[in-house]
Amino acid sequence: MTPLEGCLLLSALLFAIGLAGTVTRRNAILVLIGIELMLNAANLNFIALWRYGPHPEALTGIMFTIFSIAVAAAEAAVGLALILAAYRHFRTTNLDRMNRLKG
Amino acid sequence: MTATFLILAAITVAGTAAAMGLRNAVHCVLALTAGFAGLAGLYLYLGAQFVGFTQIMVYVGAVAILAVFAVMMTHNPGEPEEIFSRFWVWGAVIAGAVFLTLARAIRLAFAPADATPATPAPSTTVQQIGDALMHRYVLPLEIIGLLLTAALIGAVIIAMDPKDDPTLEEDAE
Amino acid sequence: MSWIVHNLWLIPALPILAAGLIAFLPQRRRFAGAGLAIGSLAISFALSVAAFAHTLSLAAAQRLEFVNVPWLQFGDQWLRIGWLLDPLTAAMLVMVTFVGLLIFIYSTGYMAEDENFTRFFCFLALFAGAMLAVLIANSLLLLFMAWEIVGLTSYLLIGFWYHNPAAAAAAKKAFLVTRIGDLGLLIGMVWLYAQAGTLLFYDHGAGCLESSWAYYLPAHTAFFGLPAVTAIAILIFCGAAGKSGQVPLHVWLPDAMEGPTPVSALIHAATMVAAGVFLMARVYRFMWPLHVAIDAYTAPSAAQYLVTWVGAITALFAATIAVAQFDIKRILAYSTVSQLGYMMMGLGVGGPAVGIFHLITHAFFKALLFLGAGSVIHGCAGEQDIRRMGGLRKFMPVTFAAYSAGMLALCGFPLFAGFWSKDAILDAAHLWAPSHIPFYIGTLGALLTAFYMTRQMAYVFFGTLRPATPGHPSHHPAETEKPIAYEDVAEIAAAVESDAHTHDPHAHTHHPHESPAVMTVPLVILAAFAVLLGFVGTPVWPWFQAFLNRTPPETAGLHALIEPAVLTVTATSSAVVFLGILLGWWLYSRNAITRADAPDILDRTSPAAFTFLGHAWYINELYGATLVRLNSTLATLSDIFDRFVFGGIVQLVSWAALSVAHVDRLFDTAIINGGFDAGTHTVRFGGWLTTRFQTGRPQTYLRCIGLALVALVLYLLWGAHA
Repeated sequence: MTPLEGCLLLSALLFAIGLAGTVTRRNAILVLIGIELMLNAANLNFIALWRYGPHPEALTGIMFTIFSIAVAAAEAAVGLALILAAYRHFRTTNLDRMNRLKG
Repeated sequence: MTATFLILAAITVAGTAAAMGLRNAVHCVLALTAGFAGLAGLYLYLGAQFVGFTQIMVYVGAVAILAVFAVMMTHNPGEPEEIFSRFWVWGAVIAGAVFLTLARAIRLAFAPADATPATPAPSTTVQQIGDALMHRYVLPLEIIGLLLTAALIGAVIIAMDPKDDPTLEEDAE
Repeated sequence: MSWIVHNLWLIPALPILAAGLIAFLPQRRRFAGAGLAIGSLAISFALSVAAFAHTLSLAAAQRLEFVNVPWLQFGDQWLRIGWLLDPLTAAMLVMVTFVGLLIFIYSTGYMAEDENFTRFFCFLALFAGAMLAVLIANSLLLLFMAWEIVGLTSYLLIGFWYHNPAAAAAAKKAFLVTRIGDLGLLIGMVWLYAQAGTLLFYDHGAGCLESSWAYYLPAHTAFFGLPAVTAIAILIFCGAAGKSGQVPLHVWLPDAMEGPTPVSALIHAATMVAAGVFLMARVYRFMWPLHVAIDAYTAPSAAQYLVTWVGAITALFAATIAVAQFDIKRILAYSTVSQLGYMMMGLGVGGPAVGIFHLITHAFFKALLFLGAGSVIHGCAGEQDIRRMGGLRKFMPVTFAAYSAGMLALCGFPLFAGFWSKDAILDAAHLWAPSHIPFYIGTLGALLTAFYMTRQMAYVFFGTLRPATPGHPSHHPAETEKPIAYEDVAEIAAAVESDAHTHDPHAHTHHPHESPAVMTVPLVILAAFAVLLGFVGTPVWPWFQAFLNRTPPETAGLHALIEPAVLTVTATSSAVVFLGILLGWWLYSRNAITRADAPDILDRTSPAAFTFLGHAWYINELYGATLVRLNSTLATLSDIFDRFVFGGIVQLVSWAALSVAHVDRLFDTAIINGGFDAGTHTVRFGGWLTTRFQTGRPQTYLRCIGLALVALVLYLLWGAHA
C-alpha cells in the first residue's frame, strides 16, 4: 500500500463516517457536523493527491483546500443560523419532526 | 504507511466516529474537535503546513465552537430523544456501501506495479501561497470574500430573533 | 286506302281531347264544357257516318280495312297497335256516336241544375272516346287499354255524386266486379300472345284472328282437354261477362243506377255493357270449333256452349227479378241484364250477326227507356218509386208516347225493332242442334219481359197520381234495394227548404210536368228508331246480318216470313208477348192502384216468392256472406301476418339493435371506462408511490443520494473493467 492509497482510503473512511452520521442522527446540528466531516474528508483527499501527485509546485491542491475550508466555514455559519431559526419555529432540533415538506 | 500516519489516522477516525456516535451532542462536538485536530496533524504530516494551521484556526477554533454554541442554544432538556432516526440501519448500510465501493475503486486504481518511489516532500512557503492567491487565484479570492460577507450577513439575519426587531413582521409559517 | 280509314283514329281521339280540355275548365264554364263535348262527339258522328258510307261503298267481301302502326320496341321486336274498319266496327261506331250525341244533348237539360255540370261532361267525353277506341281497336292490347278506361269512366260516372255513400259504394262495386272479369280477360290476352305471338287481330294474314293456328292447330290443349284457343275464348268471355253483367257478375249493374240517369242510359244500357257482347263478336273466331271452316255446320265448341248457357240463364234470371222491383230505374237495369243475356245467347247459338243485331236495336230502345225514365224522374221532382207515381200520361204526353214505343220495342211487340232482333235470336235458338232449352228459356223470358214492362207502365203512366205523404217513407216489407236515390227529393223538399240537394228547379211544385224540349226531342228521335230500325234485319230482307257477315245481301222475299221454322218462332214470340201484356193489364191495370203503400198484387198472392225475387234471389247477400267475408278474412289474416310476422321481424331487428346498443354501453362503461379508470388509478397510485419518497426529511434524500453514488461508482467500475 502506497502512502497515497492509504490517505485515500482514510479519506473514504472519513467520508463514510460523515455520511453515516448525516443520514442517521436526529439532531440537525449533528447532521451539519456530519456534512462538515464529509467536506474535511474531501479536503484530505485534495492534500493527499497534491502531495503524492505530479506537479506539487503548482499548489493546486492547497489552493483548493483553502477555498474549500472558507466555503465550508461560511456554510457552517449559515447552516447553524438556519437551524436556530428552525429551532425557534419547531421548538425542536429533531429532524424527524421537521417534515412539513412531506409529499 | 509510517507509524506517524497510522497514529494520526487513528486519532482522526476515533474522533469522528465518536462525533457521530455519542449520545450527548456536546460530547459529539468535543469529539469532533479532536477529529479536526487529527486532520490538522495529517495535513502537517503531508507537508501542507498552511492548510493545517488554517484547519486548526477555522475548524477547531471557529466551526466547532460555533457548533457548541448552537448545541447549547438549542438544547431542549425536557425531551428524551433517540439519537438515531428511524430506519438508521439503512443509513448505516448505505454509508457502508459507499465506503466499500470507494475502497474498491481505490484498490483497483492502484495496480501492484504502481510502486512509485516516494517523492520528497515539496517545500512550500507561505509566500508562495500568498503569491498564488494574489496572482493566479485572485478572482476566487475575491469571490470568497464576497461569499463570506454574504454568509456573515445572511447568518446574522437568519439567526436574528424577530422579537428583537420591532420593524420585522412575524412571518407566518 | 281511303282517307277515312287512315284517319279513323280521329273518332276516339277527338272526344278524349275534348275531355282533356274540359278538365282544365273551371266549373262555371258550362257552355264551353258541354259545347266541347257535344261538338267533338258530333264530329266523331260525322266521321263515323263517313266510315259507314265508305264501308257500304265497298264490295261485301272486301269490307275489311286496317292500319297498323309500330308502337313500342322490345329489343328488336316491335309491338304494334292499330285500328280496323269492318262492318261490325262501322255499325257500332254509328250507333255509339249517334246515341251518345243524343244523350249528351239530353244531359244539358237533365244536369242543368247540378253544380258539377262541367265535370260531368268531361267524364262523358272521356267515356265516349274510350268506347270508340274499343270499337276500332285492331289489337287486343289496345282494346284492353280502352276497355279499362271505359271501366274507369263508368266508376267516375256512377259515383258522380260521390258525397252520397250509396253512390260511392256502387261505383266501387262496379269497378271491383268488372275487375274480376277483367282478370280472366288479361290472362286470356297474355296466353293468346304466348300462343300466337301477336295481339293484332288482322295483319295481312299474321293477325290472331286470321292465322291458321286458330283453326288447325292440333295439339295445344289446356285443362280438361280443351283446345287452347277455346280456353282463351272462355277467358276472354270472363271479361265480357263482367262488363256485360252476366250471371254471376251481374251484381254491379242494378247498383249502378245510383248514377245520374243519362249515365245509366249511355253506359249501362246502350254502350258500355254492350262492349262485352261486342268483344265476343270481335273474337268470335276463337269460339269456333277447331278443324272446321267457318261456314260448315258442326257441333258447338265448349266456348259456344258456355256463352249460350250463361246468356240464357242470365236472360231468365234477371227477368224474374225485374218483376218484383219498385224503382223505375232498377226495373230497367234488370231488364238490361236480361237483354244482355239474350245477346250473349244469340251470339252463342247464331253467331255475331244475331247478337249484334239485337245489341244495336236494344241500344236505341233501352236508351230511349232510360231517358224516358229520366224525364219521368225529372218531372216528378226526383221521385223514383213507381208506387208514388201514376197517371203520368196526362201530365207528360210526349214522354208517355216515346216511352210506349220503347216499351213495345223491348217487349218484342210485332213490327217494332225489338221484335225483329229478338226473333232472330229465338229463331237461331230454335235451330240450335244440341238443345231446345235455350229457346224455351228465351220464350219464357220474353213473356216475363212483356209482363214486367206492362206492370211498370201501369204503375207509372196509368191509374191515378199517388204522391207520397211528405216525411212518411214507405216501410213496405217487400221493399227491395233502396228506391230513395240521391235524385229523390220528394220528402226532403217538402220537409226542408234545402236547395243544395236538388237539381230540379221545380221542387216547389208537386204536380208532375213535362220535361223541356232539350230532353223530349232526343226521346222522339230515339222512338223513331225504336220503331223503324228493325226493318234492316227482317227475314224478308236480312240486310244487316249479311252486312255483318260480309256476304252479299239477298232479298229473300215475303215468303221467308211464312217458312215453317220462321213462322213457328214468330207466332210463338208474338203470342207470348200478347200473353204477357194481357197478364200485366189484367193484374195491374184493371183494378187501379190507388195508394202508394198498397202491397203489390203478386206480393199479396205469394209474399215469399215476391220477397225472394225482390231481393234479387239474395245473391248480394250470398256474396256478402261468402266471398266478401272470405276477402275480409284474408285481409284480417294478412293484417295479422303483417303485424306479427313482418312487424315481429322489425321488432326483432330493433330489439337486436337495442341489445347491441346495450352491450355496447356495457362494454363502454365496464371495459373502456373501467380501463381508463384503472389506468388513471394506476397513475395515481404511481404518483402516490412516488410521493412516498417526499418525506420532507433531508436525511432520506441524502440516503438516496448515497445510493445513487454507490450505483454510479459501481457502474463506472464495471465499465472500466469491461
